[in-house]
Amino acid sequence: MDIPYTVQPRPDTGLYNAKVGIWLFLASEVMLFGALFSSYILLRIGSPDWLYGSEKHLNVPIGTFNTAVLITSSITMVMAWASLKLRDFDKYKLYLGLTVLLGLVFMVVKGFEYRDKFAHGLFPSTHTFYAIYFTLTGLHALHVLGGMAMNAYLWGPGSKMWQTDPERLTNRVEVSGLFWHFVDLVWIFLFPVLYLL
Amino acid sequence: MDAHNTEAFRKHIRQYLGVFVALLVGTVLTVAVSYVHFGAEDSHVGNVTVALIIAALKAALVAGFFMHLVSEKRSIYTMLATTGVFFVALIALTVFSFYDSPGSHDALTRTPAAKEAVAHGH
Repeated sequence: MDIPYTVQPRPDTGLYNAKVGIWLFLASEVMLFGALFSSYILLRIGSPDWLYGSEKHLNVPIGTFNTAVLITSSITMVMAWASLKLRDFDKYKLYLGLTVLLGLVFMVVKGFEYRDKFAHGLFPSTHTFYAIYFTLTGLHALHVLGGMAMNAYLWGPGSKMWQTDPERLTNRVEVSGLFWHFVDLVWIFLFPVLYLL
Repeated sequence: MDAHNTEAFRKHIRQYLGVFVALLVGTVLTVAVSYVHFGAEDSHVGNVTVALIIAALKAALVAGFFMHLVSEKRSIYTMLATTGVFFVALIALTVFSFYDSPGSHDALTRTPAAKEAVAHGH
């Protein structure tokens, strides 16, 4: 049996099913990160010795660089989807490939940051700030990995669908893009909250 | 996609590029304002407010244009509005519960003297 409404919009929602699905999933993600952000607020306002500025030993230029990397990956992601809409498969491959690579750059930089913290004896158990820092950035990094895996599939084996069902591939890329942009959106809040404030 | 729609779509692409530049500028601005102190001398409330306003504007650009929320179907808006209510309730209940605890009402603008008192359990 074929999955219904993969291309055509469902009459009652006006959307193809996967789009409703991803937005429902993103709504649950808002609550997941919302719970952690509220934990951050509670820990911060309740802590008698919260770390500020240079006390955190976080590298602001590196954090800024990683923010720019994720923002750039968001534009390449949307350009990959737009290329499919314009029936330019080669550009789709280029832009989605760049998106995966930029995700990899983000993860490598984050890995170096973690390694630097551990080398200086800064662990989640060191201070309340590091407990929430590693929890938030670790969960975010898992999301980046998930998005990279999905995008790598759509760039590689998943892209064969272009030959058989181009509209459906375009919708899959849009759905994957919605997740990727959400990951970018979460980082837009994480960066100032953890590195700058 | 016919020629007319293709041209309309290319206009969207130019919009995406504009949003990209605005997001990069927003990032630089976020870092720049973090070196300026806003509000009372021993309070972080001003800086937190400014940083969150810039972050919210950047997030609105991503959600509005990259995630196409500026022209989405009503069912998505309903879903997100419901999520927004629960999200605000989650944050508000957490903060309210904190301030419901005795002696914690001044924590957001805690002075060094008050910090000292809390540290020594007074």
